[in-house]
Amino acid sequence: MRQFYGTELANGFMLGTALYPSPAILEQAFRQSGASVATVSLRRESGQAREGQDFWGIIRELGVHVLPNTAGCHTVKEAVTTAHMAREVFGTKWIKLEVIGDQDTLQPDVFALVEAARILAEDGFEVFPYTTDDLVVADKLLHAGCEVLMPWGAPIGSGLGLNNIYALRSMRAHFPDVPLVVDAGLGLPSQAAAAMELGYDAVLLNTAVAKAGDPVGMACAFAKAVEAGTLAATADPMEPRDMAAPSTPLIGKAFLS
Amino acid sequence: MLLNVNGEPTETDATTLADFLAKHGFEGAVVATAVNGAFVAKTARDNTQLAAGDQLEILAPMQGG
Repeated sequence: MRQFYGTELANGFMLGTALYPSPAILEQAFRQSGASVATVSLRRESGQAREGQDFWGIIRELGVHVLPNTAGCHTVKEAVTTAHMAREVFGTKWIKLEVIGDQDTLQPDVFALVEAARILAEDGFEVFPYTTDDLVVADKLLHAGCEVLMPWGAPIGSGLGLNNIYALRSMRAHFPDVPLVVDAGLGLPSQAAAAMELGYDAVLLNTAVAKAGDPVGMACAFAKAVEAGTLAATADPMEPRDMAAPSTPLIGKAFLS
Repeated sequence: MLLNVNGEPTETDATTLADFLAKHGFEGAVVATAVNGAFVAKTARDNTQLAAGDQLEILAPMQGG
């Protein structure tokens, strides 16, 4: 498995922490699935309720890698400032860099993304950019200092899966040594397995688990799918072909007609 | 003096950012701070003077995808 800024993960399952029915279910989903990375965010804190402190206590107890995001940021300045705040609070150089450019699709503003990535990488951050499957943008992100790429499978929260398998396969082929993560849009475990079968190093998802009828069961299903896809990619899948090829040997077949 | 804290008008007699956090329920809390849109590191809070009308953002860990 490729390393993420020098860190080898136990598996390629990165799971979000939002939208769960309760903190207890969130905790069970992580513990039973074995997801290796938890994405987190920053929001305004009340001096009375101090809700964030309780949440942070749960995440720390999980013992997983923490990947803070810049969700909801629409400008370079917003994203860079949020990243600095996240680095201090979470004590990690990792940052999932999101700079949103379109409100309907939550598509990243790739121009602002590249600029923010450069600023943060120069400042010592280890940037995980949430990007599209555009190869030119990907190349610019790498030149900006990113050592990981996270193309979307489909719009965030859509559950549509891998909208452009050709583009994702191209990205894998173009950047054979770069850790790649399909981030966003997955709805089913089979889609996660497909991403891993393409040779991706991890998948990152949230809604598909948190909004399932049984989030803990779905987290476990995704974990198995990620494992299956990883094993399949390692096992060198066969090349598909248009015509049939008999699998049962014809030599020795009885003459019965 | 009147500040804007996390989008809400807030009256305080605190003179520094560290003082504000101590007096408004954030003692010992894991938070990150910004004043007027600029990040203020934990180590700089003691020396960050507040002025009427300042916009404070006090952020804490939260669920995210």
